[in-house]
Amino acid sequence: MLREIRPAIVLLLLLTAVTGLAYPLAITAIAGVIFPTQAQGSLIEKDGKVIGSALIGQEFKEDKYFHGRPSATLAPDPNDSSKTVSAPYNAANSGGSNLGPTSKALNDRIKEDVEKLKAENPSQPVPIDLVTTSGSGLDPDISPEAALFQVPRVAKARNLPELQVRQLVEANTKGRFAGVLGEPRVNVLALNLALDGASK
Amino acid sequence: MTAIGWFQIILYCAIVVALVKPLGWYMTRVFNGEATFLSPVLRPVERGFYWISGVDERREQHWLTYTVAMLLFHVGGFLIIYGVMRLQAMLPFNPADQAAVAPDLSFNTAVSFLTNTNWQNYGGESTVSYLVQMLGLTHQNFLSAATGIVLAVALIRGFARASVRTIGNFWVDITRCTLYILLPICIVYALFLVSQGMPQTLGPYVDATTVEGAKQTIAVGPVASQVAIKMLGTNGGGFFNANAAHPFENPTALSNFVQMLSIFVIGAALTNVFGRMVGNQRQGWAILAAMGVLFIAGVLVTYWSEANGTTALHALGLTGGNMEGKEVRFGIVASSLFAVITTAASCGAVNAMHDSFTALGGMIPLINMQLGEIIVGGVGAGLYGMLLFVVLAIFVAGLMVGRTPEYVGKKIEAREVKMAMLAILVLPLMYLGWTAVAVVLPSAVASMANAGPHGFTEVLYAFTSATGNNGSAFAGLTGNTFFYNLTLASSMFVGRFFMIVPAMAIAGSLAQKKSVPPSAGTFPTTGGLFVGLVVGVILIIGGLTFFPALALGPIVEQLASNANTLF
Repeated sequence: MLREIRPAIVLLLLLTAVTGLAYPLAITAIAGVIFPTQAQGSLIEKDGKVIGSALIGQEFKEDKYFHGRPSATLAPDPNDSSKTVSAPYNAANSGGSNLGPTSKALNDRIKEDVEKLKAENPSQPVPIDLVTTSGSGLDPDISPEAALFQVPRVAKARNLPELQVRQLVEANTKGRFAGVLGEPRVNVLALNLALDGASK
Repeated sequence: MTAIGWFQIILYCAIVVALVKPLGWYMTRVFNGEATFLSPVLRPVERGFYWISGVDERREQHWLTYTVAMLLFHVGGFLIIYGVMRLQAMLPFNPADQAAVAPDLSFNTAVSFLTNTNWQNYGGESTVSYLVQMLGLTHQNFLSAATGIVLAVALIRGFARASVRTIGNFWVDITRCTLYILLPICIVYALFLVSQGMPQTLGPYVDATTVEGAKQTIAVGPVASQVAIKMLGTNGGGFFNANAAHPFENPTALSNFVQMLSIFVIGAALTNVFGRMVGNQRQGWAILAAMGVLFIAGVLVTYWSEANGTTALHALGLTGGNMEGKEVRFGIVASSLFAVITTAASCGAVNAMHDSFTALGGMIPLINMQLGEIIVGGVGAGLYGMLLFVVLAIFVAGLMVGRTPEYVGKKIEAREVKMAMLAILVLPLMYLGWTAVAVVLPSAVASMANAGPHGFTEVLYAFTSATGNNGSAFAGLTGNTFFYNLTLASSMFVGRFFMIVPAMAIAGSLAQKKSVPPSAGTFPTTGGLFVGLVVGVILIIGGLTFFPALALGPIVEQLASNANTLF
């Protein structure tokens, strides 16, 4: 048994160096050359400043923008570091609500959101993704139905014809991968940037 | 449920099955010590490793030596993770200035990654440095996965060999597994993931000013290199807190599909390695078929339940299924499928929050883990877990006809059956025992995020996941407390090693036996009858063990949910 001690130490160190340092550092170097944008986090810059990542949702509250899904992410309470406070789309602390199907708190929150949205657009059924929080709290997408649902509000706030806004939504709708995988979706940040471009 | 949804599920199963034979062929060559297309590059490296560490690659080990070598290897692995977590503040690659991790949390995490559980009581981006992610966690993702695989191979050798005392050399197996199987796949896989949008950088977190002018700090890091092995090795510990639901950890529907494939591929291919090594590939296909039956049944229930939604949602006029805790780019079907896969294998990565699943939809992941994660299972661990059930099923069949049971030419006797029972019984002892303790301790009850039966399910899920070395969570439970850090660590430890040691004992005892040629009275173990028997034994043993606990949790919750009773 004693002769197993040397490999237990030496081989562990060798394999650790290969898998824990050489491998991730090599991948970092290669990825930085062949996929530089993705490797940095698919950042979007405007006037030289980073305004977000194409893959990370951000909070939109103004009427003139399409809104993303509700987000359950938290941040440490500035007054008491042992507690947390709601901080939607906190990309330094991802997470979901973790409320279960029979949670009263969840049901009350959804109900409130449904009523708000019904008041905003009574003509269409409320899309489920607009009133549920995502798993990461950073979902960059909404369903095409959820985008179309918001068209009247956005068009009104921007004084644009609804048709033009609807066309922008359609242009920013992405289908399933190869027509099969995943779900159709609209990237909220991309749509809003296109909208800002069109309003100028 | 939609036609396109079913098509995605069928496509997934078809690709997994198609990969079984080629990968099984390749892995068999690697573990038989034969040359592969990578040998010209890797063979010199491999020999160099043996030379430096004093390993004689021709010397094989007795099962006890093999097991001790594996345990010694883990002591060192534990010290490395614990050390870098405690000392991260003083070490490089820490751009977010993370402070030293608390002792109980470091202990929990070290055990967690060592045992291939990768339960996370820490939030990745808010707790640990890049160095911990790489040197502590990525490396152990490789080595705990390789350990699972080589132990399964050692057990297979027990079945395949006759009248010998040795079952292979642990050092050779672990080196070859890491160099020839895991690393090459991960290099290609990690680069594919980056192409999909997964970050791979050592730069600091990015400060963005959003379109509406708010501040957003975006956590990045060397994500892709870790995620590749996290999925391939069925580790499942996320780089980020939200795991594979995080857009950086699973950017597209394609990355999601490939991640799901990579969870199952090695575990499924090991059934083929088994078949090849015992000299009849149909033996491997029979095992895979038993796994497949249980898997499809699970997918059916979860997909149906999630697509259906809940009475509470219907009452608000909402249709389209239960989207709470799910991402739009995956939708209902890819989230349901992922949940069943990740718990059937002992991966534990999640692309949706299981805590927010419907009661029945969330019960299937729980059952998958309570059955011991034998449906494909963790790399290696799934196969040796399944073989323990096969031993029992063969024993039951033997009792029915009054003959000494045989499996692939080996007589299954008292010693093997005792060891299999020990391994199978120790799991419920941990998850049911600790759950019982937790629900009567007020401080442990305080950690529940949900009231009513769902709170109970959170605790049961946590101990089940830890014991099964899965690592997925009903994540509402606040697990980072002294009580849960220690009890969950003990569950992970017992769940891993009290399964491994009996399995190795069986390997050693089988290898010494003579091989019995099949006769007219041999129970055929490649047909539908055998598959049905194995599935039956799994469900009966499982059902009797944990059905009462399920009745208190998800089952009663589903009834409450149907009646729109909220807590």
